[in-house]
Amino acid sequence: MGLEIMDDVKRDYVYNLVRGGMREDGRGLLDYREIKLETGVIKKAEGSARVKIGNTEVIVGVKLGLGEPFPDTPDKGVIITNAELVPLASPEFEPGPPNEDSVQLARVVDRGIRGSEAIDLGELCIEEGEKVWIVFIDIHVLDNDGNLVDAATLGAVASLLNTRIPNERYGLTGKDTLDIQERPVAVTMVEIGGEILVDPSYNEENAAASGLTVIFNEDGTISGMQKYWSGSIGEEEIMKMVEIGAERAEELRREFQDQIKTGG
Amino acid sequence: MKEEGIELIKDGKRLDGRGFDELRPIKIEVGVLKRADGSCYFEMGDNKVIAAVYGPREMHPRHAQDAKMAVLKYRYNMAPFSVEDRKRPGPDRRSVEISKISREALEPVILKEYYPKTEIDVYVEILQSDAGTRTAGINAASVALADAGIPMRDLVSSVAVGKIDGEVVLDLNAVEDNNGEADMPIAMIVRRNVITSLQMDGRMTKDEFKKGLKLAMNACRQIYELQRTALIERYSEM
Repeated sequence: MGLEIMDDVKRDYVYNLVRGGMREDGRGLLDYREIKLETGVIKKAEGSARVKIGNTEVIVGVKLGLGEPFPDTPDKGVIITNAELVPLASPEFEPGPPNEDSVQLARVVDRGIRGSEAIDLGELCIEEGEKVWIVFIDIHVLDNDGNLVDAATLGAVASLLNTRIPNERYGLTGKDTLDIQERPVAVTMVEIGGEILVDPSYNEENAAASGLTVIFNEDGTISGMQKYWSGSIGEEEIMKMVEIGAERAEELRREFQDQIKTGG
Repeated sequence: MKEEGIELIKDGKRLDGRGFDELRPIKIEVGVLKRADGSCYFEMGDNKVIAAVYGPREMHPRHAQDAKMAVLKYRYNMAPFSVEDRKRPGPDRRSVEISKISREALEPVILKEYYPKTEIDVYVEILQSDAGTRTAGINAASVALADAGIPMRDLVSSVAVGKIDGEVVLDLNAVEDNNGEADMPIAMIVRRNVITSLQMDGRMTKDEFKKGLKLAMNACRQIYELQRTALIERYSEM
């Protein structure tokens, strides 16, 4: 219970800082934290990445398995995205089955990958109606200092880019990389005291009444959105967030491409 | 996902004859359940949903109580027979997420601080589904909360917009949703002109998003009037 009191104190602290145009780590309201990307970190996974946004740290692993397609898409592979908020990552995460926060995290990341058609699912069909590749994207949160959605989205795309299809394991032949057609980038913002903040920290998320993730494609189109928590947001604010998000997404994309190129 | 050759818009009209900015027919009945403290039956096109509210009542387990305010709970549940392919009973990831965002959509209007240590339960059952069930559920729940006499700042109204055949249109039905390019459900507090829920799935440009948001907000204003009228009619009968 001591934690709750500290949370109240920190909420006030963050709120008062923001009213003065400041943030606890000295960033500007619209600044993103430093991101660090490392790919191919798990040998046993078909694809993997470790992403840091400031102190937030997420590891994403991609595994491929064979299975049946969905009846309504017999010629397409399947994506299954899952997130685990393991207790090692934060004092308020508890062991147990997925709760609504982890379900939401997984579903928002999944929405970006799916909506942007990042993966060509047609390429993942082996035998129509019978056998397709199932792509499991597993998000493992290691350190929660806020903004898990952006970190997990970067991690998921980076993992997919270095995924090797395990053909030999299943006695198959064929190309061994995934066809990645789009690299969606998520930008999460929150509203505190009437101000918009980009890339919220853990304390900032606690101080915010509402937040919004917007997921952008390379051509600036949007392929996923989610509003968070029980505060309300005005129409103007939402429009502003979409514009700010679009700008930040471009910066984030450049940074991502640079780090992917240098081998991460 | 689009079926080969299916045309969703012909001569400026949609398959069911609606224009781009037209809602499906809506029917609202208030106080339809005997045991619940408040209830509402809501039809939107071929969607049929029913919402019940219980409480405020003592919250169990007690350690989950909030000493300062009531705890709002929301359960969105699809009947197994509500969709083409039988839905396996029980919660799945989709319904967990919808329950969460629906609860958050309603929370801003509820004066939870009036009832510390209690819970308010909202149960939404989807009896027949034809796209947009989460928005129909929020509309029904909002009226059911008012019917239960829960002190509220206002009602919440909800609708989805989407993109079909390259056009931004209001309130997709299932054929449009399955063959469309994007879907965006929102919820709104009409008299304060603020959004309490927003999701988007699929692909839209920034301009399409802006157009869609305006379209949805206007439709929420229409739904709000229907919700209000239904409540007034119900209580002027008595």
